[in-house]
Amino acid sequence: MSPSVPLQEMIRAIRSARTQCEERGVIQRECAAIRAQFRQSDNGGRSHNLAKLLYVHMLGYPAHFGQMECVRMIASPRYSEKRVGYLGAMMLLDEKQDASLLITNSIKNDLSHSNQYVQSLALCTLACMGSAEMCRDLAPEIDRLLQSSNSYIKKKAALCAVHIVRKVQDLGELFVPAARSLLSEKNHGVLHGAVVLITQLCERNPETLKRFRKVCLVWFFLQTVPDLVQIMKGLIISGYSPEHDVSGISDPFLQVRILRLLRILGRNSESASDAMNDLLAQVATNTDSTKTVGNAVLYETVLTVLDIKSESGLRVLAVNILGRFLLNSDRNIRYIAMTSLQKIVGTDHNAVQRHRGTIVDCLKDQDASVKRRALELSLALVSASNIRSMIKELLLFLSSCPPELKAQATSGIFIAAERYAPSKRWHIDTILHVLTTAGGDVRDETVPNLIHLITSASELHCYTVHKLYRALLTDISQQSLVQVACWCIGEYGDLLLKGECQETEPVQVSEDDVLDALETVLQSHMSSSATRGFALTATMKLSTRITDNVDRIRSIVSIYGSCIDVELQQRAVEYNALFKKYDHMRAAVLERMPLIEKNNSGNANGEATRETLTETNSSRTAQEERVPPPPQQQPAKQTYDLLDLLGGASEPLQQSPAAQTLPIITSSSAGGDLLDLLGGLEPTPGPVTPAPSATVYEKDGVTLTLSCEQQSDSSLAVTLTATNASQSDISGFTLQAAVPKSVQLNMNAPSRDSLPAQGAAQLTQLVMLNNPNKVNLKMRIRISYTRQGSAFQDMVQVDSLPGLGAAGHT
Amino acid sequence: MMRFLLLFSRQGKLRLQKWFTPITEREKKKIIRDMTTLVLARQPRSCNFLQWKDLKIIYKRYASLYFCLAVENQENELLALEVIHRYVELLDKYFGNVCELDIIFNFEKAYFILDEFLMGGEIQETSKQMVNRSIEASDMLQEDDSSEWYEVELFG
Repeated sequence: MSPSVPLQEMIRAIRSARTQCEERGVIQRECAAIRAQFRQSDNGGRSHNLAKLLYVHMLGYPAHFGQMECVRMIASPRYSEKRVGYLGAMMLLDEKQDASLLITNSIKNDLSHSNQYVQSLALCTLACMGSAEMCRDLAPEIDRLLQSSNSYIKKKAALCAVHIVRKVQDLGELFVPAARSLLSEKNHGVLHGAVVLITQLCERNPETLKRFRKVCLVWFFLQTVPDLVQIMKGLIISGYSPEHDVSGISDPFLQVRILRLLRILGRNSESASDAMNDLLAQVATNTDSTKTVGNAVLYETVLTVLDIKSESGLRVLAVNILGRFLLNSDRNIRYIAMTSLQKIVGTDHNAVQRHRGTIVDCLKDQDASVKRRALELSLALVSASNIRSMIKELLLFLSSCPPELKAQATSGIFIAAERYAPSKRWHIDTILHVLTTAGGDVRDETVPNLIHLITSASELHCYTVHKLYRALLTDISQQSLVQVACWCIGEYGDLLLKGECQETEPVQVSEDDVLDALETVLQSHMSSSATRGFALTATMKLSTRITDNVDRIRSIVSIYGSCIDVELQQRAVEYNALFKKYDHMRAAVLERMPLIEKNNSGNANGEATRETLTETNSSRTAQEERVPPPPQQQPAKQTYDLLDLLGGASEPLQQSPAAQTLPIITSSSAGGDLLDLLGGLEPTPGPVTPAPSATVYEKDGVTLTLSCEQQSDSSLAVTLTATNASQSDISGFTLQAAVPKSVQLNMNAPSRDSLPAQGAAQLTQLVMLNNPNKVNLKMRIRISYTRQGSAFQDMVQVDSLPGLGAAGHT
Repeated sequence: MMRFLLLFSRQGKLRLQKWFTPITEREKKKIIRDMTTLVLARQPRSCNFLQWKDLKIIYKRYASLYFCLAVENQENELLALEVIHRYVELLDKYFGNVCELDIIFNFEKAYFILDEFLMGGEIQETSKQMVNRSIEASDMLQEDDSSEWYEVELFG
């Protein structure tokens, strides 16, 4: 066996490896040597072996065989070995590993060691990776250390207590007296720790508090407000203190933490807010804002002022500071200014409006983060008075916008235009402009919305159709635009051919030109199937609106009677029939569409939730996560056939079933009212009834409920919810499911894997089932978990899923 | 609270990783990949702040190393920049004109210094001198305690 190389030589050897393969070879040899060394008894080189292993671990190689060595080294009397052992524990062990329980005893012993550096190692490790059990075990010890006379230990104990409170919320009460008394310390480290601890105690989850019937501690700590104010004043006014000075600010870290705690305490309390007013004004005016440090303190002050019940003068001061930040040359400062302004744009709208010019300028900034913030803020600032100029700026932004922001920008512009459009013509122009610039990133329901808008603006039909025709001639790649253009030409082709229009220059358009344009769309490989559908129907409609080229139309339509695309083929065949057998009805069928009633209510299609207009800005991520329910094509097809015979094809019907992602305004599939006349045909996914649920398992305090939701004909979403009403925590909770053979099962990740006692939190897991053969749906669920160190396993069989009827059929 | 601190080179090689919440190895690897891709793709003079999932990422480049700190949403980003800067200053004081090689060959020292400055995702000590003094005292304790062999390897 080759001798193991000392740590730094090993690092050198690894770095000089020229290929990945060579590196792996060196590391394998080293690891083998290290493993052999671990097996030997104490040989004096233990700590540097472990250090080598930790280096290898950082490079990404497996190092789990070092876990037991860490445990052994922590128990060693030598400080050097303890140090590396604890470092190893923090890097290799976490609360999920079993070995971590083994170091609890060592930590307990080291916490009462005579040497403060050993104590500090134990405290650091506990704060880094202490599990809930370890925290419960050692909390009294930490409380004792909080009251020791050694400030080095006190400050570490305070942060350890913070970790404990985060892990086990109900232990907070234990540390309250100590936390209170620590505020009278002079040592900044201890003060900082105390402020963090009090903040943590005040920020405890109110839900958890209710469950344990514990009190929210904010009211208790309100008494500390005068002390905190005193400490802050001391920091601001006192002379230069070299130990804590950072570019002229005395201990900015402590200042920021105190300001944050004041924010929490003053949030709901008038008296506390009053007590802080002077101080905040002082900090806001006296802090030097030339360096980042000063700005950090000012930023925190502004956030505090805006959050507590401050007087209006102070609020104005805060918003002005943000305004100054907006003009700062440093990008970071501008970014955070906009983030803060976003928070208050709802409440202090006018104050933020004053800075609109600067914000709009930031749209042109090079930096992507700044651009994003500027976009969100600009959209929030659009109002009836500034709509024209703002939309102009936003359209300019759209043309040079980075692709990840395009969808947000287009939807924002549409919402704003919808709300504040000064005239219909402006509205239509704006939408057309967006479609030409960023047609690929608009939402699916833009097309029906636009069509609705156009039909309602009857005086603009001529203008619109001319404009769209021109747009069509220039570019047929933007699908939404082409669809709308085809529809318009189909509807208002006669106005186009008449040639005169007040609002645009007259242009002579012949029937052949129009049919050429539509044919180009039909034949282009860029056109999607839906677009071609639009174009074909438009061509058909023109047969009643033009006089000379009806034969041409007839020939186009008959060609598509043998098209591969089933949709087009069906349409063409039907139109052919209209020419041949029902020619007497043709004029009536293809006459102008009546004004479509748009259903503005949020729950048009019986979907459970819809986002409101104001939330759309912050909901981009939600948009991506939302899964659209599968479109119901069948009923749509049926109604389409019926519609065709009764009153003009409504192409938008094709689009809307598929477009379920966050519609801004839901339009019932256009022609919804016509459908109602036909007797309640549902063109969209069936109404969602609240999912019925049933308890399938109940034992030892663990309850499992199951609820089903029919997603479509054969797919089913099953939600499993587990709660733990017993007195002890459960960890490692996993569910496994089995279903009959032909059914496909897909389990999503569970929301958590531990169940705290007394129902503090519940676990949900979504299971997607696909039952194409419509077999009797049964499910077998295996539950396994660990409680108080021992593993449990159980199985339950569910013979009928709730909400599906006794036979389990859909 | 801070969630994690990563140091990586311009080629994306990890030099230091500190995690303040329990995360599985697989998750850690994924996060490291995401961070390095995100940060290394940024333009030179852009904003130091990013939004990633529900965390704020503050990053700063010092010579050939990127320092990447992830904090929760209610934290002060400008102060996080100061935290990174303070850590660099501490390393600089300890190693004397610190460079990437120092951190590579003495990674465990970098961790020890970090553990004196930050703890449990929060700042532990706000005074530079106090941190330096603690590190020196710990080192001396280690020296007293160890044999000649350690002196050569770990302090080399």
